[in-house]
Amino acid sequence: MVGRLHAPTPLPSRPALVLLKDITKRFPGVVANDRVTFELRPGEVHALLGENGAGKTTLMNILYGLYRPDSGEIWVKGRRADIRSPRDAIRWGIGMVHQHFKLVLPHTVAENVALGLAGTPFWAPARAVAQKIRELSQRYGLPVDPDRRVWELSAGEQQRVEILKALIRGAEVLILDEPTSVLTPQEAQELFKVLSRMKEDGHGIIFISHKLDEVLSVADRITVMRRGRVVGTVLAQETNKTELARMMVGREVVFRLTKSTCQPGEAALRVQDLYARNDRGLWALKGVSFHVCRGEILGIAGVAGNGQRELVEVLTGLRRAERGKILLLGREVTNRSPRLLSDLGCAHVPEERIRMGIVPALPVEENLILKRHHRPPFCWRGLLRPRAIRSFAHRAVEEYAILTPSLRTPAKLLSGGNIQRLILARELSGRPAVVIAAHPTYGLDVGATEQIRQLLLRQREEGAAVLLVSEDLEEILELSDRIAVMFRGEIMGIVSAGEASLEEIGLMMAGERRSPVRSEGT
Amino acid sequence: MRRLGPFVLEPRLSPSRAAVLGVSLGAVVFALLLAAAVFYGYGRNPWQAYAQIGRGVFGSWPSFSEVLRRAIPLILCGVGLTLAFRAQFWNIGAEGQLLAGAVAATGVALFLPVPEGWRLPLMFLCGFLAGGLWAVIPALLRVKLAVNDVISTLMLNYVMAYIVEWLVHGPWKGPTMRGFAYTDRFPLTAQLGWLPGTRVHWVTLALGVVLALGVAFLLARTRLGYEIRVAGQNPEAARYAGINFTAVFALVMLLSGGLAGLAGVGEVAGIHRMLRSPSHISMGYGYTAIIVAWLARGNPLVAVFTALFFGLLFAAGDHMRIALGLPFQIVGVFQGLIFFCLIGFEILLSWRVGLARKGRAWSGQIGS
Amino acid sequence: MVWADWLVSTVSRALAFGVPLLWGTLGEISAERSGVINLGVEGMMILGAFTAFAVAFQTGSPGLGLLAAAGVGGVAALFHAFLSVTLRANQYVSGLALSIFGLGLAGLLGRGWEGKPLAATLPSLALPGLSRIPVVGPMLFQNQTVLTYIGIVLAFLLWLLLFRTRWGVAIRSVGESPATADALGINVTLVRYLCVVFGGLLAGVGGGYLSVAYRPAWTEGMTAGMGWIVIALTIFAAWDPLQAIWGALFFGALYHLSYRLQAFLAPELLKLMPYLFAVVVLALSGFGGARWRRRAPGALGVPYVRGER
Repeated sequence: MVGRLHAPTPLPSRPALVLLKDITKRFPGVVANDRVTFELRPGEVHALLGENGAGKTTLMNILYGLYRPDSGEIWVKGRRADIRSPRDAIRWGIGMVHQHFKLVLPHTVAENVALGLAGTPFWAPARAVAQKIRELSQRYGLPVDPDRRVWELSAGEQQRVEILKALIRGAEVLILDEPTSVLTPQEAQELFKVLSRMKEDGHGIIFISHKLDEVLSVADRITVMRRGRVVGTVLAQETNKTELARMMVGREVVFRLTKSTCQPGEAALRVQDLYARNDRGLWALKGVSFHVCRGEILGIAGVAGNGQRELVEVLTGLRRAERGKILLLGREVTNRSPRLLSDLGCAHVPEERIRMGIVPALPVEENLILKRHHRPPFCWRGLLRPRAIRSFAHRAVEEYAILTPSLRTPAKLLSGGNIQRLILARELSGRPAVVIAAHPTYGLDVGATEQIRQLLLRQREEGAAVLLVSEDLEEILELSDRIAVMFRGEIMGIVSAGEASLEEIGLMMAGERRSPVRSEGT
Repeated sequence: MRRLGPFVLEPRLSPSRAAVLGVSLGAVVFALLLAAAVFYGYGRNPWQAYAQIGRGVFGSWPSFSEVLRRAIPLILCGVGLTLAFRAQFWNIGAEGQLLAGAVAATGVALFLPVPEGWRLPLMFLCGFLAGGLWAVIPALLRVKLAVNDVISTLMLNYVMAYIVEWLVHGPWKGPTMRGFAYTDRFPLTAQLGWLPGTRVHWVTLALGVVLALGVAFLLARTRLGYEIRVAGQNPEAARYAGINFTAVFALVMLLSGGLAGLAGVGEVAGIHRMLRSPSHISMGYGYTAIIVAWLARGNPLVAVFTALFFGLLFAAGDHMRIALGLPFQIVGVFQGLIFFCLIGFEILLSWRVGLARKGRAWSGQIGS
Repeated sequence: MVWADWLVSTVSRALAFGVPLLWGTLGEISAERSGVINLGVEGMMILGAFTAFAVAFQTGSPGLGLLAAAGVGGVAALFHAFLSVTLRANQYVSGLALSIFGLGLAGLLGRGWEGKPLAATLPSLALPGLSRIPVVGPMLFQNQTVLTYIGIVLAFLLWLLLFRTRWGVAIRSVGESPATADALGINVTLVRYLCVVFGGLLAGVGGGYLSVAYRPAWTEGMTAGMGWIVIALTIFAAWDPLQAIWGALFFGALYHLSYRLQAFLAPELLKLMPYLFAVVVLALSGFGGARWRRRAPGALGVPYVRGER
């Protein structure tokens, strides 16, 4: 591996498009980038591979001027570049598509593109760029209507806007941060085509990802990072999945969790013909029906924004169902309060763990009783019972291996993995009948991810019905017994995990309904 | 970490109590230094002025008791506001709630036929309810109709002030008051006694201290207190946990406004012994209480002491007027300065300032 | 014809009383569109009112007075910008502090100025031609000071600026999503400072109008809560400068009618109408639910910190 650290350079005469030299960046408690060196040549797709928290995004935020490195140098096209802000980065021909798009949702596409764009006229800047948007979208195959408001667009379209924003600013270097996380497999293929067109035009593309397969298929070279350091740079043609995985994680990786066979019991959660609106008053769920049995995991796959969030909210009482029924353990609970649902044994691991799952300023022990604070043993005649709370918290912290200096430590001081364990401890310790988990491992490192998945599997073995919502197809495939695919508020089909092919699920994610013959219905 | 010249700023995730105390005191001292400029502006030597004020206020029991008297409404309003602020409800309406309490107390004192022994307790009860219900309006408006709480509480201050004006000029104008815009004097059974040699209506003072303890207990040890803290710190989590916002906010505001209402009862029954123009009854106590609660950082027990500090400021204002010939409005400027400095110094709580050094490691995050 | 005269004079006076509200609201719209809520309007207006009066009294020029009022309003807003943008203080609290401080300072400085007559007041200006139109002329174009006309023109200009220019795109983006604007090289801090200070200038003029044009005298607390009405109006106008004109006119009418209708109702009860209506109007718009709320700038009230941990 060491011998391949610096692959032979086929184009020695042209200077690198971007050269990051010995970049170091520290955050409180972590060294996010430790003497990182990275090189991008014109006309190549260079993938930056690593787990969550390996320092990929930090490195790219430094290149894009959002962070300042503590030490190290940036060279662009053979010249030393002092990039202090995104404005500088844009001037040096660098564009970045962030994982969470940086778009002004209420504004039109054209306004978004015109924002901060040099050379637009003072009056009616949006009108002036609209023409240019059309030209560029034609040339690179990025269809998008300049007059639409961004919030009306799908995630894939929003990504196109982001790419157009970079192109129109004359970006020669395009940084894409986890670009396929919001796309169906087919849309991802479309994106790869766009990238190869850009490559032909001499652009350089930095492709950040933690997915091995796509990196192998799209990249020319791959640089692997681990814990803030570069492990090595390899040519895509000369490597394979196993080697990359070893570089990425630092040990051999088992690709499959061991899982007992599914022995489903009675249906614990039954959903019939559910309709609900999103925050903008548009239909987000249009007749969703399914059931989850005790002792099984039903995975909900789909591209973000196809109603998964609304589904979880309706099931947990946070959003009104306009039509349809929800049955929890045979009892109708449609539009009942979150408190009743939780009291009946419906656990909810929320999508946004810090925003919703914890009260950051309150201590760990008080976070552990959220949702059950109103019931014995924690509360008696309106008074809290500190001793009961404390002893419960002790047990939970131990059992779920939550690393915290003390039970009185504010929850916000915990790391992401520990916060998620805290939430799971709270939700699972009441022996719930139904567990609704939304993106339970999003943004966690490999160790924490594995643990959380084990916890969910244990719930299944103990007879809980688990509804797993995730955009990570690998996760869905690994954990689920059956998989339902959502598209535009409807379920395109439900397949059992054994017979599901990635391609078939991809087609359903793109809106193709599963042929009714094989559908098992609800 | 941010570098600013030779300094580095590091985020401080949860400031220690000592830091909070130090920063708050620093802000107050800094404000008093700035206020020195005002004395210069009026041609007074600020240090002599401060000394003179100190001697004046602390010189004798009767003059010091004025600090207590001024602090009474500030304690009640301030403690009430800490409760609202802990729920992240912007109750800027203590002024109006205080007046509502005063109105209710006056009604009971002058017009309600009750056994005389019941009159004072009933005045407190009705004052509490009037202030509380007046404050529940903005709570419901916010929960049900998303009406901004700052605006609604503020506007209701003006509404209540004009209602008081109307009452004392119109229907409740006292026939015995020879044309002044006052109500009649309260009967003796509706007046609060003073500590000997002072104007300290001690019943209200005791009530304030007891209620501060009560609110502290409520916040720390009861289910409602827990729900208030959760709803205030993270409304999303509160929704997720199934906390009933309508009930929590309505209760918070009932208590918060009720406490301010009690302050109003104390002022009319303990000081004026009648209802008169709102600017005489309150002197802006409801607004000052915002700073009291802010300086106390939402802690009801600390609010008792910060209220005493602002009581001192009011008492000092009296001295400045009499001994130094300075206008009483100087108190308002002092308050504004202190408030500004408190806010400005706040950044020191969320960022730790240090000298830049190389290779400095700091672990505020606990590894996973 | 009596009622027609009544209507003409009512609208004319409502417009005149609406002017300070309009100026204040336009200023607040400017600040809030950039994502900074400024509750210090009451303080800025009262400081403006006092400054305008004092300067006009000393120099004999109401114009100079208004200019000085704008300056003082701008400086006061600068404090708010410094606290809330640079020091990232809670915007509500910072604005409240500004109001408390402004009211206190104006009260302190204004002692001794109360009851003094102002010789040089801002004259009324009838627009040639337009003022001759029957009904509409006397309604809108007579007995108005130049600030009425400038205010309305300003509303149109601000609308154009916000919705039809490059700066407008930048300002609104900063107010909706500062992280996005920052990533595209917009200086979020600068935009917010400019918008807040511009808002302060307008609020200062609005306050000055009260003391040198509408009622040429200085009394302590003469803004009487207008600054808070302005905050409500900003929401009521859905952050749209053109709708602010209607809002200002409506509340101007309420203020005016509280003098006009004293034959029918106790003056104290009439005077509370604008404040009561401010709450009622906000509550009614709340019935519209999400439709209204959505129009609030997305990052309103949230200090911006670049995503560095």
